[in-house]
Amino acid sequence: MNTTPRRDSYDVVVIGAGPAGLAAAATAAEAGLSTLLLDENAGPGGQVWRAISSTPVTERDRLGVDYWAGADLVQAVRSSDAEIIQRATVWSLDRNLEVGISVGGVSAFVKARRVILATGALERPFPIPGWTLPGVMTAGAAQTMLKSSALVPDGPTVIAGQGPLLWLLAAQILRLGGRIDRILDTTERRNYLAALPHAFAFMTSPYFAKGLALMKEVRAKVPVVTGVSELAAAGDGQLASVTYVSGGRRETIPAELLLLHQGVVPNVNLAMAAGVEHRWDDLQLCWSPVLDRDCKTSVEGIAIAGDGAGIGGAGAAIVRGRIAARAAVEALAPAAAAKLAPMSTFRASLAQAERGRSFLDTLFRPARQFRIPSGGTIVCRCEEVSAKDILDAVAIGATGPNQLKAYRRTGMGPCQGRLCGLTVTELMAQARGKTPQEIGYYRLRAPVKPITLAELAAVPKTVADIQAVVRG
Amino acid sequence: MFKRSDQDSRQSVHIVVDGTPVEAREGDTVSAALLASGRDVRRGTAVSGAPRLPYCMMGVCFDCLVTIDGVGNRQGCLVPVAAGMQIEIQKGKREIGR
Repeated sequence: MNTTPRRDSYDVVVIGAGPAGLAAAATAAEAGLSTLLLDENAGPGGQVWRAISSTPVTERDRLGVDYWAGADLVQAVRSSDAEIIQRATVWSLDRNLEVGISVGGVSAFVKARRVILATGALERPFPIPGWTLPGVMTAGAAQTMLKSSALVPDGPTVIAGQGPLLWLLAAQILRLGGRIDRILDTTERRNYLAALPHAFAFMTSPYFAKGLALMKEVRAKVPVVTGVSELAAAGDGQLASVTYVSGGRRETIPAELLLLHQGVVPNVNLAMAAGVEHRWDDLQLCWSPVLDRDCKTSVEGIAIAGDGAGIGGAGAAIVRGRIAARAAVEALAPAAAAKLAPMSTFRASLAQAERGRSFLDTLFRPARQFRIPSGGTIVCRCEEVSAKDILDAVAIGATGPNQLKAYRRTGMGPCQGRLCGLTVTELMAQARGKTPQEIGYYRLRAPVKPITLAELAAVPKTVADIQAVVRG
Repeated sequence: MFKRSDQDSRQSVHIVVDGTPVEAREGDTVSAALLASGRDVRRGTAVSGAPRLPYCMMGVCFDCLVTIDGVGNRQGCLVPVAAGMQIEIQKGKREIGR
């Protein structure tokens, strides 16, 4: 499967093989469109169904039914005519719908008539003191290791943060015999009140019973501290302890592993580099692409489905993938669209899947002190820039994230702002008394993942390419 | 920090970490194998030399950067292990030509 694309152009190129990408590729291929599905991981599934074809965790109840729900969709894509390339890193996408792909250290370009971005989400930065110490990881990181390699925490382990994933992970770790010493819940108490108006929709959604059961399962085995309002990791070159404040009481506990999680946010790098317009979302506190009801972006021919379109969860992602693909089929092969379920069916499913989301968004809105750090706390992990460094730069004239690069190199390291961008925007907005929308975001450009100059130089060139840069 | 669950019955595969053979399992990523090994596999950052271990394990944070078969700055969390793979833990800046 680790090969280069068989053709140089496709009707539809889908980027990302999670729920949205799998659904989009299956739908496009079913309608007879030439379809290429590109994915960076070793196997399909994205994050939620990671390693679904290869996980060593064979007892199904350990990972839960929602995990195994992905198997049918993976099977549907594999038995379709869609071409799938795993371990393919897409590093470029432009308005001409040319897609730059790196596979095994060799790059190629393919042309698409429609591109569906299903690049999903990443975990929101959780910039607390000491979060760069070895032994501090995201909850998602632990879940990835659990699903793909059946690895579970062993030494003294603390999980801190909030949101549905945190409880699912905790349950999965316990079911596999892993260790959790304490859970520090950072959900703000006032969020419970704010979320109340959305409670009815939530209680009648599938999330409700599942969430309660998970929390009950975990609480029976692990001490949970709620209302945590301060959090810090400490150690000399390695995590040794976690300090927290709850209800005015400060406590320090030993820890070898600290797993952090405060929700997920759209992974915007490829879409922004392609010129897709994004807006600041005041509820989800992140950048979301501006989309029409068919998931189409501001760039002709590019659609976004799944959590990259705004966080909606796996159920909504599948439906959005089908909507985006159906819209592509309607545009490219209208006659074939009749073979697919009508758009109205998909829209009704989407409304169903999104039920309860506003409750979760409101309840698990991360607290300001965990989004906007101060003092010596690292903001940009790659270039090792602290909150104070950034505020000092603002004081001498840095106006936004792009000016800040010249002052402090924030966002210019290998992660290209993925782990600092939201923090920088909110920190600068607060310091300058502006909204995040006014402050803006890093201007992202290809390559959105680092590739070597040698690989770039080896890309096949046409005579026209050469003449465009040769003098005389 | 991590242990292997008894669910795991995958075949062993040996990689070489800074010259020492290390047991991994088929399907592990380089980063997962390093974290499971129990060895000190902290890299030193290019900027200050500060010690780091993988943070996100999903290809976004670049704290898993490692030299694999002589090629520097690879994302260890995205590369599956292979028998005999040569891993070097990076300390500080990448060397020119690697």
